[in-house]
Amino acid sequence: MATQIDDQRIIEFDVRTDEMLVNMGPQHPSTHGVLRLVLRTDGEIVSEVTPHLGYLHRCAEKIGENLTPRQWIPYTDRMDYLAGMNMNLGWALCVEKLLQHDLSEKAKHLRVIICEMGRIASHLVGMGAYGLDLGTFSPFLYAFRERERILDLFEEVCGARLTYSYITPGGATADLPKGWLQKCEQFLDQFQPIIAEYHALLTTNAIFIKRTCDIGVLTPEMAIDFGCTGPVLRGSGVDYDLRRDGEERYTEMYDGYAFEVICQKDGHYPKDHQYPAVPKDAVLGDCWHRFYVRMLEVIQSMDLVRQAMDRYSVASGDWGVPIKLATKLPPGDVYLETEAPRGQMGFYLVSNGGNIPWRVRARSSSFCNLSVCPEICKGVPIADIPAIVGSLDIVMGEIDR
Amino acid sequence: MAEFINSFLFPDQPDHWIGVLITALIHVVMIINVIAVGALVFIWMERKVSGRIQDRLGPTRVGGKFGWLQTLADGLKLVAKEDITPGQADSFLFKLAPYLSFTASFCAFIALPFASGYSWSSGWAAREVNTGVFFVLAVLGLEVFGVILAGYASGSKWSLFGGMREAAQVVSYEVPLGLCVIIPVMLAGSMNLVTIGDMQEGLFTNWFLFHDPFTFCVFWVYFTCAMASVNRAPFDLAEAESELVAGFHTEYSGLRWSIFFMAEYGSMFLVSALAAILFFGGWNGPFPVFATLASALGWEAWPTTGLLGYVAGLAGVANILFKGVVGVTVMIWVRWTLPRLRIDQVITMCWKYCVPIAAVCFAGALFWQYNNIWFLNSLHPARSRAEVRENWSVNELQLLTPSALHEVGESDMAKGIENEAGGQI
Repeated sequence: MATQIDDQRIIEFDVRTDEMLVNMGPQHPSTHGVLRLVLRTDGEIVSEVTPHLGYLHRCAEKIGENLTPRQWIPYTDRMDYLAGMNMNLGWALCVEKLLQHDLSEKAKHLRVIICEMGRIASHLVGMGAYGLDLGTFSPFLYAFRERERILDLFEEVCGARLTYSYITPGGATADLPKGWLQKCEQFLDQFQPIIAEYHALLTTNAIFIKRTCDIGVLTPEMAIDFGCTGPVLRGSGVDYDLRRDGEERYTEMYDGYAFEVICQKDGHYPKDHQYPAVPKDAVLGDCWHRFYVRMLEVIQSMDLVRQAMDRYSVASGDWGVPIKLATKLPPGDVYLETEAPRGQMGFYLVSNGGNIPWRVRARSSSFCNLSVCPEICKGVPIADIPAIVGSLDIVMGEIDR
Repeated sequence: MAEFINSFLFPDQPDHWIGVLITALIHVVMIINVIAVGALVFIWMERKVSGRIQDRLGPTRVGGKFGWLQTLADGLKLVAKEDITPGQADSFLFKLAPYLSFTASFCAFIALPFASGYSWSSGWAAREVNTGVFFVLAVLGLEVFGVILAGYASGSKWSLFGGMREAAQVVSYEVPLGLCVIIPVMLAGSMNLVTIGDMQEGLFTNWFLFHDPFTFCVFWVYFTCAMASVNRAPFDLAEAESELVAGFHTEYSGLRWSIFFMAEYGSMFLVSALAAILFFGGWNGPFPVFATLASALGWEAWPTTGLLGYVAGLAGVANILFKGVVGVTVMIWVRWTLPRLRIDQVITMCWKYCVPIAAVCFAGALFWQYNNIWFLNSLHPARSRAEVRENWSVNELQLLTPSALHEVGESDMAKGIENEAGGQI
């Protein structure tokens, strides 16, 4: 005889799948290093994401309190190891601010050239790695092919390919070598048409659009509340870029340069170049827009490098001699933020009058950008987790320091 | 062949089981070599093609200039690796899974003909199955069990995800794949792969691809579904390395892992060769070289027997291998170009696009065939379309005897029936 059940819903609600806790990382191909995400999954759907940090913590800030500012430069390289030049710049400017040290025009333009090239290299990795996250391997190698050439240029400048320690408080360790500007110009000319390839492979690819549009939407309010900066903030349509809105000491580097902040204003992006159109599925603040902002910033940076090279070649003054190791730091505290490729990179320095800082702290952009992850990863399929985390373009070395 | 062997061993018993067994063993060894060597070549090809796509060289050292022995070196490395079974794994099932996967891929090759029976009665297949299409698809569908088992038995959450995705995906894609395959079967009026291939004899316009606009469409649906059912990118969700580490084979290493790979590449070639037989004329080249030659020499009966028939068979093998390799190359090309779809998008694509398109194409092709509307393949018809259909139905009903057919003078049909009646390997 069949069992009688009065309320059929009892069975209905009894048949359900269990939740499963999955560790994504710290050894996982698409967590960009040693990020560990604990996913609470119901089948393919992720209900909760908790990022766990600290696997790459190297006490960089504490070390900074035992070294002179120039000696600490190599440690800044190793924070955001994909944009070492920009990290050098952040620390150098911070120390210069404390020392009230002013640079010649030439040194400033040199820094613009180097940092914008660094931004291109970093965004290329971000783009290639994002392709990997979405399961296509070729754009990664296409991006690295061009990045190699930037690294070659950097190698000529400072002898290193990843951890440059080139820009230091007081200027840079050396002037640009002879003929470097021509090589750089040549690179930019050859690089310009290749960007269309990247757009064909990723930005306008139908599957790529399907995988990124309307995924991980970050509203402008949320982006501001969580302290997101850089392309993540601008991808949400917030018109904010420290190169224009930052501190005087930083923005004076870009005085007189023609550039528009890359973000969607009044429904469109800056119209100074021929960009692929925004797909109709895309929502402001989704993964596609964050990616797109990075791609446009590559073009913008190329433009800035060209302008800087023109100015550099006619500028007066020297390239900036680094400060002495024994330079006494005046007592006081300074904080300065610069626009690194991944967002606002701030350094805080407290001095009690010696030649070694008393306190050093860094404010990392990736850390804040990652903090939105638990919010925007709620209720998405597992496959979208790499897509969202990849679009934030985090570097663990910068998060853990 | 069994008779041939038994004529030495047991001259009085042509059907003795020992002869049959030896024959089967020879076939098995040959097919296993086709798959193993095929995998060797395809993995090397994948590396070279992906290298060229990505602006690098790929392997260049092992075995000379083009690194053609690279896969063998990799294989040796894999054999030499430690065999690891994770502590959490279900040891027996974990070890069983790769073999199950490989066996399915391997068994499907049994019914795959490589050439028509030019000089002998049956096609060049290990075993000519009169429901070949059905057999190949059914056995290939078993491959999924190995993958699900691997996902379940590995004792890893990522593997489990991979296994479940595979189950959802491959089971879904069997439906449109079956719908696509039905169309050539309908046009040929037979499930026998040899018959289907023979139907497309003559000029390349006789290929089923050019039978009507609907078959032309359905080929692309077939290829998409085939890629999905053998787990190739952009449908490689079961292994999705950026999401699931390596999916179902996360925990596998060494030889077991390479057996999964061999099964994958075997299936890739299988579905490509199947596409060649169903849509691209199989072993028939774009131009009927040997038939033209035979008629020029004044030999009336074609397909001919003897040496020319044998050479024609070899050329047919070359043809189908070439077509299969082209299919595999396209799969490689697609893999290294496109990003991966998400699981819900893959399933959506199956049920919302592939199935309806295939169904509409089926109806369209049926209409076309029924009304005998002109299309490319009417340009140079090699033989009457009704002929083989008739053969098929007659065959099943056992109405006509071979001798009666000889009287009618349709030697092809007679041969087909003799073959059925004889039933030897």
